[in-house]
Amino acid sequence: MHRFANPARFMRIATLVLPWAMGVAILTLGAGLWFGLAGSPADYQQGESVRIMYVHVPAAWMGMFCYTAMAVCSAMALIWKHPLADLLARATAPVGAAFTFVCLVTGALWGKPMWGTWWVWDARLTSMLILLFLYLGYMALADAFDDPQRGQKAAAILSLVGVVNVPIIKWSVDWWNTLHQPASVVKMGGPAIDSSMMIPLMLMAVGFHAFWVVVLILRTRAEIAAAKVRTLRMAQVHAAGQAEQA
Amino acid sequence: MTRKQRRLYFVVLGVLAVGAAAALVLTALRQDIVFFFSPSEILEAKVPTEGRRIRLGGLVEQGSVVKDGAIVRFRVTDGAHTLPVVYSGLLPDLFREGQGVVTEGKMGPDGEFQAAEVLAKHDENYMPKEVAESLKKTGHWQGESQPAK
Amino acid sequence: MESLNAFLSMGGYGGYVWSSYALTVVVLAGVLWASVRAARLREVELEQLQSMRPNRRRRRAAPDTQPPESQVS
Repeated sequence: MHRFANPARFMRIATLVLPWAMGVAILTLGAGLWFGLAGSPADYQQGESVRIMYVHVPAAWMGMFCYTAMAVCSAMALIWKHPLADLLARATAPVGAAFTFVCLVTGALWGKPMWGTWWVWDARLTSMLILLFLYLGYMALADAFDDPQRGQKAAAILSLVGVVNVPIIKWSVDWWNTLHQPASVVKMGGPAIDSSMMIPLMLMAVGFHAFWVVVLILRTRAEIAAAKVRTLRMAQVHAAGQAEQA
Repeated sequence: MTRKQRRLYFVVLGVLAVGAAAALVLTALRQDIVFFFSPSEILEAKVPTEGRRIRLGGLVEQGSVVKDGAIVRFRVTDGAHTLPVVYSGLLPDLFREGQGVVTEGKMGPDGEFQAAEVLAKHDENYMPKEVAESLKKTGHWQGESQPAK
Repeated sequence: MESLNAFLSMGGYGGYVWSSYALTVVVLAGVLWASVRAARLREVELEQLQSMRPNRRRRRAAPDTQPPESQVS
């Protein structure tokens, strides 16, 4: 059971963290919804449609954050064969994919009334769509092989190749001209968003991260249990084979 | 070198190589990745416009919008050069004088850009109306929709 | 009533704003539900397996020992 020494420690920490992460998620998302939908002003140009920003922008951040986390875990898994790293990468992928999907669809719902189009093939939108495909490719590849370790290795390599897309998304609006506007929050010279609008934005961002922690713990628990089940089954088959030979 | 170190170098070099390849490809495709051209680029013939559908982007010049039934005429400027545009159809909510705009269409023979589609491009500033007004009043306004000089 | 209508209409952008928030809630709830379910299923399976004596060959062919299908996402 040496293989599970680290996962065992993860499980202990996870049990401690889970209720706190859930509490933070519920509080910040609840407050974020209220501030986002009611407790913040309309924009001077975009009116009430600016409220879409409070889910769209944090979802975009999460899409990039989860991908980076997944790539870092994959690198650790490839280099140091850390048994937990693969599981964490696998557990993060669906969350990142979900946030990227939310970002793309809410972006379309925001673009239609403001820009006059659901979708354009500019550098920002296209690179974000590629991010979604990278997630889907990662998840498909990780499950595509009968030998889970081979699939995991192939998926880890894909995630490292795809990590080049993350800085492209971030700076696409600066490197090329796009329909999408440049960054508002993380930019030189400080944010270009009024503080009254920063409140719901930050609450949702914290809430989404807490949500990620909750789901990460749940999915990693599932992955650890699945890995143990596989090991036990293999031991059973092995023992049965020996018994037959005897 | 231990196996772990070797794997570390492999991963680091691999990621760097992919990054360099991506940088090369993106630099080569620069002209295709930009979403629109400025009036200067089009007027200085830096892009082929002959009979091709292109996108023109810039600010809608203050006081240039003239509506004649369903037909709208306005001028797109980037500060240095200005191009007249003609369009008929629905305009997005954010289409305003002094605001960013991206239009797709063809250069007409008379030098007028015939737009088939008009999209609004907004800047990265978000604030409530009152803040915008007080900024304008105190002269600290830095947004796109600046009144014409 | 008036103010509720104003709130719902979101200055004419109600359809866009409310569908954005609804979509976000539905997607996140779906991810959470799938993750809770996966964790519960796998942990129950593991417990069942561990409660059996691991080396008894008769258990091998039991119907509940099918390999777990790939996860829901």
